[in-house]
Amino acid sequence: MAPLLALDNISKRFGAVVVADGISLALNAGEALGIIGPNGAGKTTLFAIAAGALAPDAGRVLFAGEDITGLSPDRRCRKGLARAFQIPQPFVGMTVFENVVVAAAFGAGEPEAAVYDRAADLLDRCGLADKANRSAGGLTLLDRKRLELARALATKPRVLLLDEVAGGLTEHECHALVELIKDVRASGVSIVWIEHIVHALLASIDRLLVLHGGRFIAAGEPREVIRSSQVAEIYMGIAADG
Amino acid sequence: MSRVEHASRSSRVGVALAGFGLAALAMAPLWADRATLRLLAEMFTYVALASLWNLLAGYAGLVSVGQQAFVGLGGYLLFALGIQFGVPPLAAVLVAGPVAALVSIPVALLIFRLRGAYFAIGTWVMAEVFRLMASQIAALGGGSGISLPASLVLAMAPTRQWRELEIYWLALALAVAVLVAIFVLLRSRHGLALTAVRDNELAAQSSGIDVRRLKFAVYVLTAFGTAMIGALIFLMKLRISPDTAFSVNDWTAFVIFIVVIGGIGRIEGPIIGTIVFFLLRQTLADLGSLYLMMMGTVAIAVMLAAPKGIWGLIVERLGWQMLPLQRRLVLEPSGKARAR
Repeated sequence: MAPLLALDNISKRFGAVVVADGISLALNAGEALGIIGPNGAGKTTLFAIAAGALAPDAGRVLFAGEDITGLSPDRRCRKGLARAFQIPQPFVGMTVFENVVVAAAFGAGEPEAAVYDRAADLLDRCGLADKANRSAGGLTLLDRKRLELARALATKPRVLLLDEVAGGLTEHECHALVELIKDVRASGVSIVWIEHIVHALLASIDRLLVLHGGRFIAAGEPREVIRSSQVAEIYMGIAADG
Repeated sequence: MSRVEHASRSSRVGVALAGFGLAALAMAPLWADRATLRLLAEMFTYVALASLWNLLAGYAGLVSVGQQAFVGLGGYLLFALGIQFGVPPLAAVLVAGPVAALVSIPVALLIFRLRGAYFAIGTWVMAEVFRLMASQIAALGGGSGISLPASLVLAMAPTRQWRELEIYWLALALAVAVLVAIFVLLRSRHGLALTAVRDNELAAQSSGIDVRRLKFAVYVLTAFGTAMIGALIFLMKLRISPDTAFSVNDWTAFVIFIVVIGGIGRIEGPIIGTIVFFLLRQTLADLGSLYLMMMGTVAIAVMLAAPKGIWGLIVERLGWQMLPLQRRLVLEPSGKARAR
């Protein structure tokens, strides 16, 4: 069976800077994949290419075997590819509830009135129920991150791209997030998760990839990858901060 | 089942006030003199133009400085249909909308290839193209313009007074129709998407909204409304020329001023802005060109002190909404979302 999401030999450069140098990646249905790498390794660029916000210079993006390289982000979202941004992008002039309703109605292609229950339930699951009618522009960073996740989930994704959703969270909050993500996985959603908080990642994923200089330099069982000498050399300085 | 409410206390007051205001304006011929009625009718056309531009720029992010293309097109359609085919002016006003919507489709296909500032310039260039084309039509007076034939004007109503009342009520009806249409649009599923686009285009696209199609639809709808208002404006003026019909100053610069002062991206903004604009104009117009400088000063002051305009400031400080647009989730005391 074809992988659910595949990047096939993706290349991208900004001027002289190569941010993706022939990257290939395959995410199987039900799998959770982690990506780590130092700042500037090209992690977020890779997500932008997968989600359609950025066109690659070369290579293809495949979703459930279909070439989606030329599709717009909204088409990809409706196919079931959702992205939670590293810097939360709330609709600041709308309420928290409306933020989730938009994503639920358009991302999942359902009539507005049919998604109210699901939106309310998602707010509950993401710990935002008591802030449903607040303006999203007034949320704290933590709540913005929660909203980012709730909105991505509202689109009924088959694949969820998570970009550093755990950054800046306390230990307790991070634990709650990991539980939520495990829960999302259990409901059949496949996940690619970029994260600096390695212990949160290790608790949630099947496979770990290390991105450096626009290519994957290591891949495999998460704990083994973390212990490998290559990773120690390039990455441990940052992992120790996490 | 979750329950969702649209109204808040301020919006209930707002709707009630709007109802009273509308009733008072509909009955204005009973309490206002001719000059006041003319001024009110002009204000209605500006409320409509500003509301349409607000939808276009404030919500869909399409900052056009070329909406005079459709004001002028509507105006010229009124004259062309009347002079060439004897279409009565009131009917021509209604026909101007769909015709302009059709014309706007190829225009949109062309200028939607441009982004940001280039889009703005592109819209202006299109408006200039329209103006130059209008000045080439000898049957409509070419570059010097033409008056609406007296026979058409006189056929509108038995007396001059009735004709003026007809035009007043038409202006009020069109302005209300534009506002109601925008309200219905914003209350709908598409309005939710438009508000999302207003706030964050990138996130809107990532949430499954077809931003391009939405913008296209808004552009065509706006052309529809703008041309109808344009036809009405030149029915009030009774004379048209390429320079007045496609004036960037009258139909775009003043409109942008109104929207920015009132509050861009808020349905209430253009109404507030129009009132402020006309207050300034009526009190300062005697000062000559100094009046334009003072308007500029007001615009700069508002942009510095309240970048979201007067209504934006009110929303931020007081959380008011005049019209019930928000979707509020009704919560049970337990905090769980359940139907009451």
